Amino acid sequence: MPEKKQSLAYIIGASSVGTLIEWYDFYIFGSLATVLASKFFPGDNPTAGFLNTLATFAAGFVVRPFGALFFGRLGDIIGRKYTFMVTLMLMGGATFAIGLIPSYESIGYLAPILVLLLRLLQGLALGGEYGGAATYVAEHSPPNQRGYWTSWIQTTATVGLFISLGVIMLTRASMSKEAFDDFGWRIPFLLSILMVIVSFFIRRNMSESPLFAKAKAEGKTSKNPLKESFGNKYNFKFVLLALFGATMGQGVVWYTGQFYAQTFLLKVCNIDDIQANTIMMWGLLLATPLFIVFGALSDKIGRKAIILSGLLLAVIAYRPIFDKIYQTVNVKNKTLVAGSEKVTITRNLVPKSTTDSLITTTTIRKYSDGTEWKEIKKTSTSLQKAVVSSKTDKKVTLTINQTDKIVLIALVFCLVLFVTMAYGPIAAFLVEMFPTKIRYTSMSLPYHVGNGIFGGLMPAIATFLVTQANEANNNAEKMGQLVPYDKPYLQGLYYPIIIASICLVIGFVFIKDRKPND
Amino acid sequence: MNTLKKAVGVLSMLFGIGAGYYLLIIQALPLWISGGNDLVLAIIYTFVLAPIIVLGMVIFGKYAFQGEFDEE
Repeated sequence: MPEKKQSLAYIIGASSVGTLIEWYDFYIFGSLATVLASKFFPGDNPTAGFLNTLATFAAGFVVRPFGALFFGRLGDIIGRKYTFMVTLMLMGGATFAIGLIPSYESIGYLAPILVLLLRLLQGLALGGEYGGAATYVAEHSPPNQRGYWTSWIQTTATVGLFISLGVIMLTRASMSKEAFDDFGWRIPFLLSILMVIVSFFIRRNMSESPLFAKAKAEGKTSKNPLKESFGNKYNFKFVLLALFGATMGQGVVWYTGQFYAQTFLLKVCNIDDIQANTIMMWGLLLATPLFIVFGALSDKIGRKAIILSGLLLAVIAYRPIFDKIYQTVNVKNKTLVAGSEKVTITRNLVPKSTTDSLITTTTIRKYSDGTEWKEIKKTSTSLQKAVVSSKTDKKVTLTINQTDKIVLIALVFCLVLFVTMAYGPIAAFLVEMFPTKIRYTSMSLPYHVGNGIFGGLMPAIATFLVTQANEANNNAEKMGQLVPYDKPYLQGLYYPIIIASICLVIGFVFIKDRKPND
Repeated sequence: MNTLKKAVGVLSMLFGIGAGYYLLIIQALPLWISGGNDLVLAIIYTFVLAPIIVLGMVIFGKYAFQGEFDEE
């Protein structure tokens, strides 16, 4: 028995390393969204650039279900192992190539087009990878420990995000801001190739899943997994149930806790990049072991109770938690130190121009609790054909104190806690819903529609809803009317709250926990 | 429980249709008209989210209403 356990641990480790690297590859793009916007997306408005990058991020998500179909079919026909070897190489190659693309300044529109194409390849690869790894591990695991063993695969998404933030922070810390903006941002992308090579050699020695190998030896594999999965009403209804009763809600909870939280800290609260990433990293680090805890617990009390409890907590607590994050760092709640305001004005010529001027106004305010508020306002005045035009860009950065940082880490921890409840047992839950011969295809699609589309689009949709609410408030203020939104910064949360609520009702009414041996 | 499943099935179908109206008419249409960067979200609402939610919820609701998920 101990020998079998050791070999199972090796199998889980080898599968998890590859999946972890794929997640790392996938998330460095999102974590570097702001830098990438300035490098690859033309436009004078940084918000437009940021939204563009998020949209590209969404393209990486929207395409995931197609990867699930393509590679899921392959995995059900030729085997799990070979399929997720292919997805690993595809993902690594695409990530490495993003690190090599010249900027928009050098090659014009070819740059964003290449980024978009490579991002689509990443999405395809990820669509194929996760279902394969989860199925592979589940098919090696004893039925009564499936939740525990597959939960290791579930940690990889969070650890991948964690490592991506860590690599970016280390790279940033090792060089000046200018050097990072110039070439340093490419390093996390280029590093990926080393990790993929290591993972390739580890995975190469793994054997095929025993259940799949047995089915293949007995001639019981599917000839047409797509038709059997989605053309067969009996199976298709479970695909729909998996999507609307579990993965849709789990997807939005996942992306709200682990990705939108970061966007919220950076874009809504204007917290300094390094501080925001540190807060996210601590929150993730502290909560990640809970994936294993909830995965193992699901073997004892069932998957349904844990997944739905995570959704319920998220629905109830999202608004209070995000409001608390906002109010903790809101300078309106702090006392300004008298005489601390410093304003510096510099006048220069716009780079590469002999006539256009650039006025930079830097305002720094200090607050009694140690918080520092900094605003850099750049006004460029252009003189072309005797017409004077001016444009102003404003960027606010908040450097918060240690106490606020700890409060924010605790709040992010709560958000990730809901993620661990909803996501920890989901692989075992999905695997148990479908038979071996069409499992890879059938579980991959609802997983990637739920996570890729409903979840992956969450940050873009939420950012849009917040922008819409802010604009409505600004317009009302200009017209001297009452503002329509009391807390516009919370508007984006309606999306995950509504989706998770619907999923909760459907899951509660329709999902039946299966016994491990079913 | 089976009656509850049928009721949730009907609600799912109604929700699917309502969500389609909200996504296409309230959200996407003004974005299509304003153009520019907003087109990205308009495309996502129109060709990705709306079809999945409308078709998915209506088919799911129909199955539930027909008793496909009923317990013996």
